[in-house]
Amino acid sequence: MPPPLLQARNLSKSYSVPVLTDFSFDLEGGEVHALIGSNGAGKSTFARILCGLTRAEGGRLRLRGAVYAPRSKRDAEQAGVVMVLQELNVIGSMSVAENLFLNRLPRRAGFIRFAALHERARRALARVGLSALEPAGAAGRLGVGQQQLLEIAGALDQHCRVLILDEPTAALTEPETERLFENIRRLQTEGVGVIYISHRMDEIRRIAGRITVLRDGRGVATHGSGKVSVADLIREMVGHDLPETKPADGRAAGETVLRVRHLRAGRRVRDVSFELRSGEIAGLAGLIGSGRTETLRAVFGADPKEGGEVYVGGDVRPLAIDGPADAVRAGIGMLPEDRKQDGLLLALSVRVNLTLSTLGRHARFGGWLDAESESQTARDFCRRLAVQCASVEQPVRELSGGNQQKIVIARWLAREGRVWLFDEPTRGIDVAAKDKVYQVLRDLAAEGKAVLVVSSELPELMALCDRILVMSAGRIAADFPHGQWTQEKLTAAAFSGYLERQPQAAFSKETERSSE
Amino acid sequence: MLRQTTADRYKRYGEYGAMVVIWVGLLLFFGALSTGFLTARTLGTLANRIPALAVVSAGMTLVLIVGGIDLSVGSVLGLCGAVLGVALVNWHWPLWAGGLLCLGIGLLAGVLNGWVSVGLGVPSFIVTLGMLEIARGLAYLTTQSQTKYIGGPVEGLSRPVFLGFSSAFFIAAAVVVAGQVVLARTVFGRHLIAIGANEQAVRLAGINPRPPKIAVFALLGLLTGLGAVFYTSRLGSSDPNAGIGLELSAIAAVVIGGTSLMGGRGSVLNSFFGVLIIATLEAGLAQVGATEPTKRVTTGLVIVVAVVLDAWRRSMTRASFANRL
Repeated sequence: MPPPLLQARNLSKSYSVPVLTDFSFDLEGGEVHALIGSNGAGKSTFARILCGLTRAEGGRLRLRGAVYAPRSKRDAEQAGVVMVLQELNVIGSMSVAENLFLNRLPRRAGFIRFAALHERARRALARVGLSALEPAGAAGRLGVGQQQLLEIAGALDQHCRVLILDEPTAALTEPETERLFENIRRLQTEGVGVIYISHRMDEIRRIAGRITVLRDGRGVATHGSGKVSVADLIREMVGHDLPETKPADGRAAGETVLRVRHLRAGRRVRDVSFELRSGEIAGLAGLIGSGRTETLRAVFGADPKEGGEVYVGGDVRPLAIDGPADAVRAGIGMLPEDRKQDGLLLALSVRVNLTLSTLGRHARFGGWLDAESESQTARDFCRRLAVQCASVEQPVRELSGGNQQKIVIARWLAREGRVWLFDEPTRGIDVAAKDKVYQVLRDLAAEGKAVLVVSSELPELMALCDRILVMSAGRIAADFPHGQWTQEKLTAAAFSGYLERQPQAAFSKETERSSE
Repeated sequence: MLRQTTADRYKRYGEYGAMVVIWVGLLLFFGALSTGFLTARTLGTLANRIPALAVVSAGMTLVLIVGGIDLSVGSVLGLCGAVLGVALVNWHWPLWAGGLLCLGIGLLAGVLNGWVSVGLGVPSFIVTLGMLEIARGLAYLTTQSQTKYIGGPVEGLSRPVFLGFSSAFFIAAAVVVAGQVVLARTVFGRHLIAIGANEQAVRLAGINPRPPKIAVFALLGLLTGLGAVFYTSRLGSSDPNAGIGLELSAIAAVVIGGTSLMGGRGSVLNSFFGVLIIATLEAGLAQVGATEPTKRVTTGLVIVVAVVLDAWRRSMTRASFANRL
């Protein structure tokens, strides 16, 4: 029997925690092999190892029987392993053709041969059904779906043996998806092996021959795609089903303090409605890319809304939010997902970061800052949240991730408010800091605030929340009260929006724009 | 452990100390090279030459701190001076009215710069480059490209009133002190530094960053108008070519003072020392008989060396902090 096209044996990789452990995987020529798993199961890490973006720490790879250890993306592409990334890499200011062939522009004596370039581009575009596109046109004017197809066209052009697709249809319309599948089938007949990573069970079951389930960095099972039910796959992704274990906290949820109605924003928030009550911690679960962060940002006014209303307290009129300043005035606070990018003034001191939202309180005579009062407050909060720093004058850049996160939280605690939106509050911080954050959330709820927590770790939400909302494909797919959830039910709900293709009203605008 | 340590406080004074040391060093250096340089009279002349640059640099510091830049100050100063000349000579306005008009024109130019760049999201580099041309053109139109002798009352501001220093110098010094106080001690100033450090974080902290950003451009425009009054007063006439290249001197002074072109860090007082250093260098070089081209080469070198030293010192202190931990 000939060796498989691609063979992975006992791969392992860890960052601060193991993300891939003893993982083995085979891909035959002409096969579509799907890879599924929950957030953080290790799918992306595996793909990154294959295409040379990172290296495995243990195990080995063989490509057509020969040892394969790519050191860079270029290495991998030369060996015939090409990946289409989930995030778009299209350079908007350059032409369609230049984007397609950026790393291999046809040239003579350093000059680009535009005629040859455009000829090749026309052929590559025709292959993915974009023959209507002008190769010299600006790529930035394309809709998201067409940009995704452009990436795929670039990959197909490279005579690959192994093609890795990571959520390729996330931005595609129905006809575009069909066109992609036709291309995949054609590649299969040419003997190309395709690794297909996706949440969309229906598509996987249509296109893939085999399905491998990853959980916590380990391969759980490999199935022939016709022989397994969606329910079984979800059970395997969850593993030991964690039952409801959290005792009731004895908090009673009070009146409704935030109502969100039919919220739509950007590509990812399609139609979101929910309510938050005072004195409760609500969780917002969902797969990465399901629109959780975007929902929080839209409610907070950080990104523009396209439709829907937000009501605070018992207001009958929706809150007019033109920016975060309006939301804050209405008593809403948000801890952003990326604390370094969106939360901290890294070069400035703990004191300055902490008092940023509440400077007015430390001002005398209408604007004159009282440094001692600021320092006092900063010291108080540092003590309360056990922030470890040399002094409150130390730049936050020098603090650990956990301490940085506490500072952003402390800034909001100082501000107070009725509604608290926390986006991944414990990401990348140590256990002691996590405990402190949990305690802060519980204290807030006990004081009668409404708290909404986004987290990619289900066990965390299950241990913390009074209620868990599950988002899937831009909508709230389920709302579990305390005592009703299990990890399996939550996971099934997170995948539910991807089982069938939703009508894609959000994209019609982009398609129109690009066909102008 | 969380107390503000004395080291923190000394670090702050150290910033000013370094600038003063460099300035005094320059004075001593030229004093050693040429007798008759280190006199009260030279100091007075020096002080009375810098008010216009000092107030513009104070405003420029705030603009650079929020991550903006204003290239139009030289031309706006020319335009303001031109209007002042017309108001005083042709319309026979009293000095106070002409001065107010002059400040108003500066403020208007600044508001336009701020409103177009911040409000419409166009980089301030481009907007103020456009304003540089517009204002200079308007200055020529206003004066029909003629230098206008004013004399009389306007010169009073530049006449020594106390210890050989002019009222213009005292006003400029007051502006610098006020600017430093606003930056270091008020909510507005803190917002400016925070915006320069991370505008996105400021916005998500619930503070609208746009009004303060527009305000600093407006303030710089107003101070440029004030600079125009000083400049016109020193010359005793309004010159449509006034202030050519002023934007570069101002930016140089601010950068020598350690303000980051990326925003988020700076000091109005240090910019003032930057102005002193540039002015002393020019006066000293003139005193020792350097030619105009030599002066320019030397000034350019000093700017680059100052910024390189600053970057080096900063990386050193960060490393030493890391060692302490």
